[in-house]
Amino acid sequence: MPTHYYLAISAALFTIGVMGVLLRRNAIVIFMCIELMLNAANLAFVATARHFALAGNIDPARAMSGQVFVFFVMTVAAAEVAVGLAIIVALFRNRSSIDVDDVNLLKY
Amino acid sequence: MLPLWLIIALPLLGFVVTGLFGAKMPKPAAGAIASLMVGAAFVVALLHVLGGVPEKAISESVYTWIQIGNFKVDVSLLLDRLSAVMILIVTGIGFLIHVYSIGYMAHDHNDLEGTRYARFFSYLNLFIAFMALLVLADNYLLMFVGWEGVGLCSYFLIGFWFEREDAAEASKKAFIVNRIGDFGFLLGMLLIFLAVGSLNYQEVFAKVGELDSGTVGALGGATLITLLLALGAAGKSAQIPLYTWLPDAMAGPTPVSALIHAATMVTAGVYMCARSSVLFEAAPTTKLILCGIGAATALFAGLTALAHTDIKKVLAYSTVSQLGFMFMAVGAGAYIVAIFHVFTHAFFKACLFLGAGSVIHALGGEQDMRKMGGLAARMKTTNLTFMLSGLALAGAIPFAGFFSKDEIIGSVFAAGQAAGTNGIYAIFGSIGLLTALITAIYTGRQYSQVFLGESRWNATQHHGTEASDDKHAHHSVEPHESPAVMTIPLIILAVGAVFAGFLGFPNLPGVPESLHGFANFLAPVFASEHGEHAEHKANVVLLLIGAIIGWGGWIFGRGLGLKQAESAFWPESMSALSLDKVYNNTIVKLGYALAMAVRWIDENIVDGIVNGVGILVGQSAASLRLTQTSFVRNYALAMAVGGAMILAYFLTS
Repeated sequence: MPTHYYLAISAALFTIGVMGVLLRRNAIVIFMCIELMLNAANLAFVATARHFALAGNIDPARAMSGQVFVFFVMTVAAAEVAVGLAIIVALFRNRSSIDVDDVNLLKY
Repeated sequence: MLPLWLIIALPLLGFVVTGLFGAKMPKPAAGAIASLMVGAAFVVALLHVLGGVPEKAISESVYTWIQIGNFKVDVSLLLDRLSAVMILIVTGIGFLIHVYSIGYMAHDHNDLEGTRYARFFSYLNLFIAFMALLVLADNYLLMFVGWEGVGLCSYFLIGFWFEREDAAEASKKAFIVNRIGDFGFLLGMLLIFLAVGSLNYQEVFAKVGELDSGTVGALGGATLITLLLALGAAGKSAQIPLYTWLPDAMAGPTPVSALIHAATMVTAGVYMCARSSVLFEAAPTTKLILCGIGAATALFAGLTALAHTDIKKVLAYSTVSQLGFMFMAVGAGAYIVAIFHVFTHAFFKACLFLGAGSVIHALGGEQDMRKMGGLAARMKTTNLTFMLSGLALAGAIPFAGFFSKDEIIGSVFAAGQAAGTNGIYAIFGSIGLLTALITAIYTGRQYSQVFLGESRWNATQHHGTEASDDKHAHHSVEPHESPAVMTIPLIILAVGAVFAGFLGFPNLPGVPESLHGFANFLAPVFASEHGEHAEHKANVVLLLIGAIIGWGGWIFGRGLGLKQAESAFWPESMSALSLDKVYNNTIVKLGYALAMAVRWIDENIVDGIVNGVGILVGQSAASLRLTQTSFVRNYALAMAVGGAMILAYFLTS
């Protein structure tokens, strides 16, 4: 399959993620949308890495760096989930709600 | 030999000790320490003089103060015969007045916290230290430091009873009027530096010829410089047009009036002129103007003294008048005679002021001579000392004032002959004679009004008004002689007032050399430039006239005081050269208008800009803060839009 198919899916996933973050109020859903954006980026990484590896006009070791970077992103995402979920739990304990619009003390 | 700087350091030490710890000491201890320090300074000075101040001066460099390129100012001291005379007057009379103050200030009813007694002495000590610096400095800049320092102490001490409005006002007035004079002094100093490149006396005097060349010469040279210096001297020594502060300065405690506003500080201007004699000799025009100013001041102040009934005001105007005599002498080029009058005047005027203080003390704060009289029997020592020093002031032969005043008038006439401007100097000399007569009249009048005749203090139970100096014993009017701590200084000063004149006996044929020792003592200082004046022969006719004027005026004034005991000789408006009014109507009003204009600019334009900036920031903040909605999704949208914009930028460029 040509690389731009993967990139198109990646872009679509990223856009869905952005829209989810902007439009949804449920903190967990927002969180999932963030994951969606991260994974869209991952997809773009592996797709382009494969593209350059197949094209053969680049050092294969360097082409692999895209593949490897995905693991870093996953690690960061895992750590982020740990922190983020802890915040959501604390939020729920305080407000009995995970609606982000209910957290509105910091305003003019 | 002890170092010279001790003369300055000892009173300074006294200032620090009494200033920091005086409030916790028992009262007389603070006074004793302060007096002791000045006494010790006097001893150091006396040892130097007795050790023989050589004709070549003792000079002592303490350290280099300023060095910028070629401009170098040392803190170095100079004791020649001129500064020796001055330093002995300052520390000697200063010591006596310190001792007197121990008694005088003991019952100060304004001293509610009990700390003011020590503060008074610390100020007095600081004054002596600055005065010694002024006198001993060996360059103009260091002299200026002392000059400003004594002005500062004068401000402190005039306003010592600062809760009294007249005292607070008078201290401000003294400070501000002196500032005008200091401005002249400073400009004169700058011009000297511009012309000569140094402020050291020796170097300036050695290059006096250069003052009239180059830029400074084009501006006016020695004449301009000496006029500016004379302006400074007129400020400090209360001459027309800057004399107005001195009569008001009487709002301070009486010992202050005696020390600062009669004996020492006000003579600093005369000292400065005498010190700069080389410059003044190079500027005959200035000398003529100075002589005229002196004569005018002497006459007007003398006339005004007749119009006052306040015991201290009479003495204040008399001081202005006597300072006028000293300026006449400087203007006539008779610097030795000027310093001689400084010397004799210090004794008798200090004694008169302290005697007045003793009377005020005895009457519980009364200063109005109309409510005095008949005190001679009650206060024997004060009466005698006041009479003797009064005779000295009146110029009655053979008391001190006679010799110095007659010398001045004689040298003014002589200067006219020497300079070939006989007419003008002769007018000044005649004014001097007239003023001498007036002096004798108001002095005799004051003496009899205070001490002779019927007592008028019994009738006055409501005395000790706001002008009171010492507010104790409001209720009982029972005049008593002052304690010994006050009368002994009076006696010593009176002895000086009687005998100091013999140091400068007229230069008549047949009189031994030793009897005009004062002139011989000072002659080396002034020898180089005008030996002829030092040797001027006394005029027998003038001496006779002086003797008649002195005694005649005194006796006439004495009779006047008995006849019109309840009034002044004439109303004040008759005689006062009302410079105060003139200044109020011109300078003060102008300054006030200017201040109001500046105030308007400040309130409307400057404040407008400042407030405008504040309002601008505040209002933009008020509208910007609306973006803080607290909705996470708004912030997320902002981030997304920002990201999109960055992306768009990179994609299009």
